[in-house]
Order: sequence, then C-alpha cells, then structure tokens
Amino acid sequence: MPTIKIDGKSYEVEDGSNLLQACLNLGLDLPYFCWHPALGSVGACRQCAMVQYLREEDEHGRIVMACMTPVTEGAIFSLSGDQAQAFREAIIESLMLNHPHDCPVCAEGGECHLQDMTVMVGHRDRHYRGRKNTHRNQYLGPLIHHEMNRCIVCYRCTRYYRDYAGGTDLAAMAAHDHVYFGRHQEGVLENEFAGNLVEVCPTGVFTDKSLVHEYTRKWDLQSAPSVCVGCAVGCNTLPGERYGKLKRIHNRFNRQVNGYFLCDRGRFGGNFVNSDSRLDYPAQRDQDGRFQAIHGDAALSAIAQACRGKRLAAIGSPRASVEANYLLQKLVGAENFCSGMADSEQALVQRIIGHLGSSPALNPSLGLMESADAILILSEDVTHSAPRVALSLRQAVRNKAFAMAAELKLETWQDAAIRNLAQDQRSPLHIVAGYTTALADVASSNTSLATADQARLAQAVASAISADTGADERVTAIARDLKNAQRPLVICGTTAASAALVDAAADIAAALCAAGNLTMLSYCLPECNSMGSGLLTRNTNLTLADLIARTDEGAIDTLLILENDLYRRATAAELAQLFARVPCVIGLDYLDNRTLSHCHWVLPTAAFSESEGTLVSSEGRAQRHFPVHVPAHERRPNWQWLAALANSLDPAAQTPQHFDDICAACGHHCDLLADIADAAPDHLFRSRGLKIPRQTHRYSGRTAMLADVSVHEPKQTVDEESALAFTMEGASGSQSGALLPHVWSPGWNSNQSVHKFQSEVGGPLRGGTAGVRLLDHAQLDQPAPAPLPEPYAPRQGEWQLLARQHIFGSEELSVHTPSIGELAGEACLEMRRDEAASLGLRDGDGVLVGGTAVELSFDDSLPAGCATYSAGYRDTEHLRPGEWVRLAKAENWTRRRAELIGTDALGNGSSGADHV
Amino acid sequence: MSTRVYVPADATACSLGADPVADTLQGLDLDLDIVRNGSRGLYWLEPLLEIETAAGHIGFGGATAGQIACLFASGIPDASHENCLGLVEEIPYLQKQQRLTCARVGITDPLSLEDYADHGGLAGLEVARAMAAADIVSTVTDSGLRGRGGAAFPTGIKWQTVLNTTAEQKYIVCNADEGDSGTFVDRMIMESDPFVLIEGMLIAGLAVGADCGYIYCRAEYPKAIASLNQAIAIAGEAGHLGDFQLEVRVAAGAYICGEETSLLESLEGKRGVVRFRPPLPAVEGLFGKPTVVNNVISLATVPIILARGADYYRDFGVGRSMGTLTVQLAGNIKQGGLIEVPFGVSLREIVEEFGGGTASGKPIKAVQAGGPLGTYVPSSQLDTPLDYEAFKEIGAMVGHGGLVVFDTDADLGAMARFAMEFCAEESCGKCTPCRIGSVRGVEVIDKIRGGAEPDDNRILLQDLCQTMIDGSLCGLGGMAPLPVLSIMEHFPDEL
Repeated sequence: MPTIKIDGKSYEVEDGSNLLQACLNLGLDLPYFCWHPALGSVGACRQCAMVQYLREEDEHGRIVMACMTPVTEGAIFSLSGDQAQAFREAIIESLMLNHPHDCPVCAEGGECHLQDMTVMVGHRDRHYRGRKNTHRNQYLGPLIHHEMNRCIVCYRCTRYYRDYAGGTDLAAMAAHDHVYFGRHQEGVLENEFAGNLVEVCPTGVFTDKSLVHEYTRKWDLQSAPSVCVGCAVGCNTLPGERYGKLKRIHNRFNRQVNGYFLCDRGRFGGNFVNSDSRLDYPAQRDQDGRFQAIHGDAALSAIAQACRGKRLAAIGSPRASVEANYLLQKLVGAENFCSGMADSEQALVQRIIGHLGSSPALNPSLGLMESADAILILSEDVTHSAPRVALSLRQAVRNKAFAMAAELKLETWQDAAIRNLAQDQRSPLHIVAGYTTALADVASSNTSLATADQARLAQAVASAISADTGADERVTAIARDLKNAQRPLVICGTTAASAALVDAAADIAAALCAAGNLTMLSYCLPECNSMGSGLLTRNTNLTLADLIARTDEGAIDTLLILENDLYRRATAAELAQLFARVPCVIGLDYLDNRTLSHCHWVLPTAAFSESEGTLVSSEGRAQRHFPVHVPAHERRPNWQWLAALANSLDPAAQTPQHFDDICAACGHHCDLLADIADAAPDHLFRSRGLKIPRQTHRYSGRTAMLADVSVHEPKQTVDEESALAFTMEGASGSQSGALLPHVWSPGWNSNQSVHKFQSEVGGPLRGGTAGVRLLDHAQLDQPAPAPLPEPYAPRQGEWQLLARQHIFGSEELSVHTPSIGELAGEACLEMRRDEAASLGLRDGDGVLVGGTAVELSFDDSLPAGCATYSAGYRDTEHLRPGEWVRLAKAENWTRRRAELIGTDALGNGSSGADHV
Repeated sequence: MSTRVYVPADATACSLGADPVADTLQGLDLDLDIVRNGSRGLYWLEPLLEIETAAGHIGFGGATAGQIACLFASGIPDASHENCLGLVEEIPYLQKQQRLTCARVGITDPLSLEDYADHGGLAGLEVARAMAAADIVSTVTDSGLRGRGGAAFPTGIKWQTVLNTTAEQKYIVCNADEGDSGTFVDRMIMESDPFVLIEGMLIAGLAVGADCGYIYCRAEYPKAIASLNQAIAIAGEAGHLGDFQLEVRVAAGAYICGEETSLLESLEGKRGVVRFRPPLPAVEGLFGKPTVVNNVISLATVPIILARGADYYRDFGVGRSMGTLTVQLAGNIKQGGLIEVPFGVSLREIVEEFGGGTASGKPIKAVQAGGPLGTYVPSSQLDTPLDYEAFKEIGAMVGHGGLVVFDTDADLGAMARFAMEFCAEESCGKCTPCRIGSVRGVEVIDKIRGGAEPDDNRILLQDLCQTMIDGSLCGLGGMAPLPVLSIMEHFPDEL
C-alpha cells in the first residue's frame, strides 16, 4: 500500500486507487461531480482538483484532477492549499453561474449533490453577471421529469445511460456551452433502467416524476429498509413516506445485490401502495352479495368462528412473506397448505431448489455475477423477467475489457480509456432463447429456438463440455467459451416452464464444475418470495390441482387465501369449481382483485411498505423489509392477522405473536429456513443504546402534520416488532445494512453520502451486507431428470406459444401504479411476419387466441410455428407456455395504433411520416 | 516542341483567378503544355504564371485572364517581357528560403508520380524499406524532428512508444484538420505535393508496424481532399502502398477535432470531445490501438530525413529546434505566403525582409504567432529567433508556424475578446473551465472595454485565465487565455 502525503500528513492508501477515491476513503471531503463509484473516472468536470508537488522543495506544484491521478508511493498533494481551494471555487462558481438556483421548487433540493458540493467548496459570491443558459425541456415519459436548465454538464447521465445501462436514446447533443442531454425527440426513455438517472444526476435535471408532483424533501421522508417486491431478485430499496403516502423509492446500497442501481419496475412500481384499489377495512359479504365493513376484532372472532371445528385448507402466496406463509401453514396444517403458485410453476420451483441445493456450482449474488467471464442464458429474457440481473450481466461482459486493461496496466477506474481500449470486444455471452432478447446487443451469439430445441441444445452443450462429443458448431462454440472461462455463469428460469431446460442448465453447470471451472448457476424465479414459499412447502408440496380435487369430496369447509389472485394461477373453470364447492372462503390481501370477490370474509393487509416480513430471493438470500409507515385504516400486516386468528382459534397452541418469535419459530420448523432470523438484527438491537429512527433528524412538521385532525401532537407509534422507531429520536450509525433507514452524513445530504457507510468507496457497507444466504450449505437430492423432449416440429395451422415477460405489465402489483400501467399497455401476441401474412394479418391487427382477441406484433426472430404472448396480462391469463393454439384474425377489431403505409412497413418507404 | 506553362491550381491561386487564366491559355492557338502545379507560396504574386525556358522557369505575377491575350499577343513571352519577374527561383523571397519539406511545392505537377520521383520523391521510402523498424525510428529521433502541429513533441519518441507497444493492429493518423487562423501549409502540401505526405505515412507505418492510415482532413479543403484521394489512387496503382490501407476522412468542421484525442473520437464516428491523457494515443489511440498521430508537416518532413539522413536535417536550425520551420505569413502584410526557413531566423527578418512590412505601410504593432491560441508578440520582441525555446522564454509559442501581423491601427482589445469568443464557440463542452470560462471571458472583456469597473474586472479576467490554464482538459481551454494575457501584459491600454 503506497504512502502519500496530503497537506503534510502521511496516509497509507489503497494501491491502484485514484486520489479522489483515496481521499474519500480517508474521510477527507473533496468535491466531485463527474466521477461516480460505479461509473469510474473521465476527468470532465474538473471539480476534484488538488495540487501535486514534484518533491518536498516544490513550492508551486500543479493542479491535478484527483479522479484521474493514480496514487503512487511518496506522492505529495495538497487538498486544502490556497491554490487548490481557489481553483475548486472557480469551477463551482462557473457551474453555479449557469445553474438556475431554483432549489426551492426542485425535487432534488435537500439531497442534491450540487448543493452539497457548493457548500463544501464554500462558494458564496458570484463575480460574473452574465446570462444563464436556458434550454427547452423534453417529455421523457411518465417516470422521469426533465429540467435541462439545471444541468452542470458532468456527463454522468449519458455515461450511465449509454455506457453502463446500454441505452441508446439519450445522448449529449450540441457542443460548447450549449451541450444538451436528452433524446433526439421527445418520447419515453426506452431503457429499463432509466430511473437510475434520478440518482445518478448530481442535481435536478432528471427527477422522479411522481416526486415532482408529490414534492417532499428527503429530510421529511420517513423511511425504512425495504426489499423490492417486483421480482425475485430482491433488490434493496428505501421507500420514503409522508402523510401516509408512499412518495418514492430510492436505491438502498447492497454490494452483493443491487449495488447502486434499481430497475424501473422496482423504482417506480411500488406506488400501488397508494392505489385507490387498496382495501381499507375488513369486510363480510352480506346476503345481497355486497361487502360490509366491520371492525377488525369483530371480523377476527367471526372468522375464528367460521374456522373452528371446520376442515380447513389454505392457499399461501409467493408474494407474501415467509412468516405469513408459515403462520397460515401452521394454522391449517402443512398437509392442507398449498404454496399458491401455479402447478407447473410450483414443480419447477421445487426442481430448481433441488438443483441449487445439490449442484456443485455456486448460486451467485448479482455482485458475483458481475465477475463472470463467460455467460450462457437459457430461454430467459432477463431484462424483463429479472431486470436487475440484466444490468449486472451488462457489466459482466466488460470483464474482457478489464482483462485487456490490466495488460496495459490501466486501473479499473479509467473508465473512458478502458471502453475505448476494448471498443466492442466483450466477454462471451451466449443467449439461447425463443426470440431475440433485450440483451442481444451485447451477446456474442443469439439463438432462437423452440423450447424443446433449446433444451436439446443445452443438453448437447452439457455433453460437449464433459465429453467432447461430435456436436454442431453452435454447441461447440458455447461449450468452448464456457470451458475456457475462469468463472462461467449459466442462467435459466421458469418463464419457459420447461423442466428439461432447468435440468439442462444444472447439467451444464455440473459438467463445468467437473471440468474444474468455478461455475455459477442461477435461476430466475417469478416472484419476490417464490424461493421462500418453495422452501417452506418443500416437503408437503400440495398443488392447487390437488386442493381443488379435494373439493370434489367436499373435503374443505373453509379456505383461507393469502394475498393471491388465483386467476393468475389456475384456469377460470378450475376456480369456478373451487369457489362453488367451498362454503366459506376467507381472503387476505391489500389490493382488490377477482379472487377477493369470491370471498365471504376479506381482511385488508398491509403492503410491503407497511409491514415487516422476510423474503427469499432467487439467490437464496433471506432479506427483511420493515414497515416504512404505519398502515392506515384497519389494515394490518398479514402476519398479525394470521397470528391473531391462530390465537383466537386455539389459544392453547401458543402461536407466537411477536414478529421475531414467529420468525424464529419458522426457522425451527423448516431446516432450509433455519437461518432466516439472521436476515436482519432482531427488535432488541440498539445503536449506541438507542433504537434506530425512521425519521431524519431534520424531519419537520411533526407537531403540525395532523393538526387538521387534532391540535394535540399525537404520540408516535411505538414499534415493538423491530429495532426501528417511528420517530426522529434514536441513533443511526454503522449498523448492518439491513437496518439502515437512510444515508446521511454532515455535509453529504445526497445519496453520495453512502460512501460514509461503506468500508471503502463502492465497497460493502461497514455494518455488514444485508441478508443471509440460506442455500449455501443445503444438501438436497438432485431432482430426477425430466425426459428430454422430442425435437420441435412445427404444426400445420397451429402455433406453439412462448411466454414473453414485460418489465412493465407482466408483474401483478406494479401495474397498479398509474405510470407503470401506462407503459404496460395492452397484451399482445407476436409472430413471424410471413406466418401472419398467411393468416391475412397485419401489424396491429387483432388476433384471436383461445377465444380472446389481442393485438398482433411482428417478431421475425421467432422459430417457425412459434408465437409469443404477453405473460401476466389479464387478456392472456388463459394461455400457457408450450401450449399449441390456433390463431385467427379477430373481426371488429379496433386498431390501437395507426397503420403504416405498406412501403413504410417494409422499410423502403421514402417517408415515415405518412400514416393512413 | 510544345512549351510548358505552369498555372497554379492551389486554392489561393484559384481564388485569385488562376482557373480562368488556365482556361484562356487553353484557348490560345499556341503549342502550350499547361501544367497545373501547386503554389510556390508567394501569395502576393498569385496567380503566378511560370513558363519553362532553357534557363529555368520565368514568372509572370498577378496574371489575370484578361491580360493573357496581351501577354501572349506576340507569341510565348520570354524573360525580356516587361512584366516578367525573371527566373522564379531567383526571386529573393524564394531564394532566401531553405525548402526541405516543401521542396517540390509549386514546382511539380502534384499528381504526377513521375514528376515526384524526378524531384527526389520516393527516395526516403526506398531507404526506409531497406531498414529495420527501430532504425527508421532512431533516424527520425536523431533528426531532432519535433511535432509541427504545435506541441513540438519529438516525433521519434512518439514513434518509439508506438513501436514498443505490442498490438495486432496499429494506426498512422495524419492530422490534417488545419484549423488555426493564418495557417495554410498543410493545405499546400496536400494540394501541391500530396505524394510526400503519403510517403511520410508509409515510412511511419514501416517504422512502427502499422498497416493502416487515415488522413483526417478538414472539409473546408475540398481541393486537398480531391488531390489526396487521387494521389492515393495513383500511388496505389503504382504499387507503392503495398499492403498499407490509406484513407482520407473528411472532418465536420469542429476546430476541437484538430486536438488529437478529439480527432480520434471523431475518426471513430463519435462526438468530437477530448479524451483524458494518459493513456496516450501512442499506447491506446484509434479504436483503442496504438496510434501515431502526426501533423501533415511532421509526416511530410520524414521522407527527406530518410532520404538525406538525420544529420542533414539536424544541421539546420538552432539548439533543440532542428531543421526547418514552415512559416505561414498572413494578416496585415505586404508579401504574405509560405516561408520555409531553418529555425533561428528572427521574427523581424520574417515579417520585414520576407514580408516587406505591413500591407498598410504602417508600423507593426504585434504579431500573433501560433494560431488563434498563440500570444501576441509586441514589435519590441520581434528580434526573438524562431526557436521553440526562445519563444517559450518570452511566453510565446511557435505552434504550427502561422504568423498574423497587425499594424498600429489594430484593436488588440477586440482581438483579446476574439480569443475568448473563439474558445467559447469551439469548446467541445466537456470540461468546465473551457466550456464556461470562455463564455465568461467574453463577458468580462466586454465589461472592461465598456468601462464597467475595469480594474476589478481586469483582476477577475486574470483569475479566470489562470483557472482556464490550470484546469482545462486540453490545449484549447488551456491556451485560449494566452493571447488575452499577452495583450494585457504588452498592451494594457488596448483592453
């Protein structure tokens, strides 16, 4: 470790770091803009200037940019010397001369890196009186607000958007003092990770549109550590609440999971919490079939009555916490509890758990995935099914570039130089899927095959790795790249609903392990707690079909359904049978849905931001979310309803009533969940002897917030269940990341303050990484291999369906956020242009599939005789992947988009502007 | 036997009416062999008609189409004609020069390989082909050749770095984005002797192991582009290029793309913004590969160094400034044009003896040396010799050798403003000091000139200039304040 001198003091610093990193690691405050821990250095903004002296006697030194200056043994610098200070002041003054000073009306105000840096530099007086730049703002879609006048031209946005996230529709335009960051024309930002611009931009050019309308300062937000419920990746989030409304979701740093970034579904999709479709009160259906609100305790005793002595059964939920599922399972008995997944999905999840628990390969975190130097993705369009994974894979393919840079002795932070060096050379990424996926632009090969053929090809790759069998060129290339890699990664998932594919992925990983590679094997699961539900029901494995079959014999008197819209799991016919034959159905949920309308009792539960719970991600990482705010009305966390119900049903059973006890009991009950309590410190944890406040020390208006109700300040809600408190009082420090409700440090109000909580800049949190991995030591039996399907053969007049996930639209909850709903649009069916033509169908026509008309789009990357449908949409919920269907033109279809003139559609029209 | 008549096709000559002259000659009923040569660089004489005689070329200056009929009224004019300038080589302006790089400029038919070879062309390449790569590099190093684009970095050292870097692909990039005001020698080489540039690039390719080259030429030089493209085709057909891929890429009008890293970005098809160095282009340049980026003159000087040896070239010049400098004399000057002289000649000699003083006849107030980012050298410092180090001592720069002369009527305050305005217009927009500093610079100068708190604003301007010098990412922002500071120092009353 080299020793450097800063302002006469010697410091040991990390070898290979740059001076800016070194200063921040040392706790020295050095202002910066264009540098970002995840984006590296480009030396554009010139804010992090320091003075470097050649030797002790050198009295003048020269200005250097810390972000571009490697630390070398014996180097002498000045941070606070007059010259450096004056230079930094001059730079910030330049920036502020153009900046509009509209902080009072800016959504970034109070957590603005530009504000922080301005204060840090000590800039006060303006010496110039010229005109400020003015720009026209663009409409960038329903998620992100654009305010170009605030721009300080640090280029972080384009570097993030284009270089890091692979977007193409945001760019730096024009030149000199009129550089403009935007799209070539107004329109929705296309990239699935565009929302991170909100956090990447050091000031208020890109802000969260919902926050712009809802307008709350960071210091006025009450927040608590949370986990995204948008998919199974389990990104760590920081939702912020005020006045009982969820205002926004920010990234919560977790080195091993999401790092600095979220996907747009996760960032913006949580607003369903504020939806008008939320249930407020417990309700009982009256004789007219209408729901009547009743008091919670009354509802509980009435429901207990309805359950007492009855033959009970329950359907859990892969989007509800482990604890809630456990309580429900315990309430009705494991043999009467179904996980609540669709049958095929449940089998697949169990198969995946079996593989993960028996494979010699490692089930990697996202952080580890980024170290992969060769990747094979089977079937999954990860950008849409597990979005944050795709962003990590975009970084993993750069490992080739880093290897090239290492040869040239370029440090990893030399971002522009490394990108320039590698140009378009990337680590191998092979994608074998049903169609061209959203990662195709960085893939070394894209193979589109029907699911059966994907499985066959994957099996061939496995064989080619273990024994150099005579395989075709495609197989050989994939096998060779994986085998030549130090850390190959194989990714598969559940979207294709193919057991053979899931097996093949495991077989490839096993073959690679046998060949001595440090192999990683990852599966994309469908929902935020699919893994947890799967682990909990591993030994019972009652399917929905089993449960429905039981109703044939009238074997169920009372059915409890936990946070589950069964119409997404089973066919309408099956459900009609279920609801017709069960005399009493009790539903718990937070958003209204069709399943609830069949219930006799409904209990309103708390959403993720109002409740604690543990979710297990596809990595097998158990992570806890805590209530950000107190549930309004009569809503209660699902586990509280269930624990109370269990208690009133059978007080002798001594069902634990405290969250930590429930969690512990769950761990005792299920071996695979044994460590679940370690996901976060328990309620007894104290930071410097105090609870951890959810409110910042600058939280304002506490005495006045409810003045419209009562002029007396209400007592703050006491949180008995966790170490967090619903107050400003307490102490937050360097506790585990699982209990970090906000990041703030003196002088660092923006999210950049996270480095004050990290062991080193960009490194893991000092208090420990949130979550606990459950499957690392599991020793499960390898699942019996599924039969390898016959080669795919197209059928005359029929199409085989492939499910296509959409980041906006396929997920159940996020579509209840208005902006996400807008982006989700309507379900569609995609097929090859030539095959559509054979049915007389044109782009945008309606196509009849299984009795429902959906919009048709073209995708020529599909294998002959295959069609995709939008998964998770109501119009397509009757469709299943792998199913063969007949298609026909829908009559009386109202077109939703303008039809292009034929020549335009063919790409040879002279003008794209003529619509009919 | 027909008589050879030379009418320059150089852009300057053409803008002064050379084409109609050539057309008129064509129409004469005389046995003339009209050669469209380049310009000799005696611009006040253009179009300079030259007629081949037994004694040599005789010249007729400032020819117009209308005069041709009169001039050729009694047949082909000879040296006795009253308008005859005598033997062109003996015009003192030319005679006093030492033309090494521009040896053939204005003399040969630019697109005649035969002419090129007859006048000493291809000799350097032949020598180089027989040498080991490292020997070529050491010859260039020994010659003392320094980058003529402005930075004056030793060319041999740059080549050595590229040679030492292992890569499967290397590139030679010629910076022909000649954007400095008052400079034109790159254009003259490209228009008048394109083969010498090609030969220089081929030698550079042999020296560092590169088999691909790009000439990044500004779009404002259509004749140069056409000339280069034809010359490349001709050289290729004659087999001189061998495996070397050579292509002209046309720039899009950004001054900043004359900065080597922006130039590379632009060549790669990206926005022309500056890259941080290191890594140097010699290690990681075009498309991430080791790249020689040299100015036209640097490359065009290489053939003669190889042909005549390092010592021959080194013996011209003084101190660490070896060889010759191609001075381009412009502005308020009587005899503007190209002057190739060994280093060491004084500025005064150039502007007074070659240039003949100002065109207006008034005394010289200042000379701006080194393009729009160069300092204004006051008349009191005109005895400074042309020498990188001597210039540095007085805070000036030789740059690309462009000299723009101003007489006592010139408003240097307006020129100071122009320097900032130029930077504000041409800044790539990447780094803060250049992007915003230049805009504020214009405003502050306007205030000073408008009489608003001039003393305070002068201090502010000094500070601003210092910030730009200390903190800009590249030479544009780092040097734009230099002319301003030089005016503040030498002509404080003008601002």
